[in-house]
Amino acid sequence: MLRYTLKRLWQSAVTVFIVITVVFLLMRLLPAEGYFEENYDKLTPEQRENILRSLGLLDPWYVQLRTFYASLLRWDLGKSIVYRPKVDIAVILKSKIPYSVRFGLAAMSISLVAGLAMGVSQARYKGKWVDRIFTGYIVFINAVPAAVYLIFIQLYISKTVGLPILFDRGRPISWILPAVSMSLGGIAGYAMWMRRYMVDELNKDYIRLARAKGMSGTAIMVKHVMRNAFVPMAQYLPASVLFTISGSIYIESLYSIPGMGGLLVDAIQRQDNTLVQALVLIFSTLGIVGLFLGDVAMAIFDPRIKLARGGGAR
Amino acid sequence: MGAKEEQTLQAIEDRSLFEFARFDEEAGERIGYSDYSYWGSTIRMFLKNKTAVIALCAMIALLAFTFIQPYLPNQKDPTKVYIDPNTGRQLMNQAPNSEHWFGTNSIGQDLWSRIWAGTRTSLLIALIVGIWEVGFGILFGALWGYVRQLDALITEIYNIIHNIPTTIVMTLLAYIMRPSFKTMILAMCATGWLGMARFVRNQIVIIRDREYNLASRCLGTPTSRIIMRNLLPYLVSVIVLRIALSIPGTIGWEVFLTYIGLGLPVNTPSLGNLVNEGRRIIMSPSLRYQLVFPAVVLSIITISFYVMGNAFSDAADPRNHY
Repeated sequence: MLRYTLKRLWQSAVTVFIVITVVFLLMRLLPAEGYFEENYDKLTPEQRENILRSLGLLDPWYVQLRTFYASLLRWDLGKSIVYRPKVDIAVILKSKIPYSVRFGLAAMSISLVAGLAMGVSQARYKGKWVDRIFTGYIVFINAVPAAVYLIFIQLYISKTVGLPILFDRGRPISWILPAVSMSLGGIAGYAMWMRRYMVDELNKDYIRLARAKGMSGTAIMVKHVMRNAFVPMAQYLPASVLFTISGSIYIESLYSIPGMGGLLVDAIQRQDNTLVQALVLIFSTLGIVGLFLGDVAMAIFDPRIKLARGGGAR
Repeated sequence: MGAKEEQTLQAIEDRSLFEFARFDEEAGERIGYSDYSYWGSTIRMFLKNKTAVIALCAMIALLAFTFIQPYLPNQKDPTKVYIDPNTGRQLMNQAPNSEHWFGTNSIGQDLWSRIWAGTRTSLLIALIVGIWEVGFGILFGALWGYVRQLDALITEIYNIIHNIPTTIVMTLLAYIMRPSFKTMILAMCATGWLGMARFVRNQIVIIRDREYNLASRCLGTPTSRIIMRNLLPYLVSVIVLRIALSIPGTIGWEVFLTYIGLGLPVNTPSLGNLVNEGRRIIMSPSLRYQLVFPAVVLSIITISFYVMGNAFSDAADPRNHY
């Protein structure tokens, strides 16, 4: 297992290197007009060239790449170009990440608890009214685009319940609505898969045997069905926790939360190269680590799963 | 030696008791024959579920109608801007009436024909991307999950493609060639299979070392046969549900891409840009029909696929067959 872990981590480092190099080069392929935003027509060609030169964009690509890696080795993510000119990227991120992580974790805990409870009760009372009502909820959430139902929640629920319509750092009460509406999709997702896996599991022969030998329904549910049903979902858990950092683009723009949601898209569209590189570096590291931790989580929940080679495995 | 045992010995020596029986083909058929076929039973079970059959018919009818609609009499052009003959100005934001059945949008285009053209575009994109996702995703996922020599390589490919932001790729594609139906499909196919592959891979990692697969390996079953016969049939129900969700998922993705400004151009109507157009004018209640109509079509598609997926998942479990 240790050998396997070390191998995976070494491989991850290589992957991160490839990803940021590719992204670095792709950003250099974008048209130069993008660096000036709406000022393009106001500037003379000489001014434009001076700006590009001061950004280091006129150097050959391998020189740019070398400078980038050199500063990265000094733990320097560089300064933002367009998004907040000449501000250290580390400073920008430090102010934004806490919001996204807090909202993300809150939403995730709500959706895990509520979603799993929902799925379990659906599987337990399959075909009864509980199952039907929750299925209705799941279908509704999947059917209506998130961009639409989130707006309606902000407009109407806030009015009926009397919660503030925008996020305000000083008022804890304004945290509720964004966090809850952020968790709605997650609740539906967890419930749907929990129900599916449990229903499939309940059909298996060993459950029939456990029933026949007189094991109680609750004990079967908790000890056998839930544990087996949770394994495939465990793979996605670490990644979801890590990716709370990326924030929710819809929620954060609706409630004007100064978080990370949409920052990457924004940075790419405004061609803020240094910011894009820093974000891709962080996100790809988290994504790769998340995939690996997911495998570990699966192996913990189900000890029959062996990740390393051996035992006649192919 | 007692008399009884002697009798037994005699009986054993009695050859007539141990003669080979004549092979009776008819008798063999009677107990050995079964008309059970897995897919036959699955489809039969699926057809028993009335809601699912209705959903299936609704989807076929909807897809057929999007193709028939332009040839019906009295249809409008989905991209034409209609002008009011009295004032000479655009027929903006007309509420649904007998001329424009679903009203017109903010620049005076006919919403009824836009919705059907948009449904056709979005369903076609979703179906093409969905088929690609199923074929490629399941193949890659199965190999990734089962063959450990390929694990490192495919993990590498997955991580690289997954972590290069789609926004960069889409922006570049839009820069190189104009955004269109084809670039959209290209970009979505390039990354769409990743989710399916990871899903299938996780499922296979869970069951790859179960005893029956170990036994199969000991007997020398080739990898392709283990994947096709031992692993994938076991996963049919969850994979089918995942497929059913991937079609509405693709449409939702298109809505998202339009939201961040990388969707299809406005002259190619799709559910993505219709929903986004409607979302923009959500604050004025009198114009809300522009959001409601596309959202309703989108909901019908999603609900149908969800219902079909769950019904097919239940039908695909042989323990539910009888």
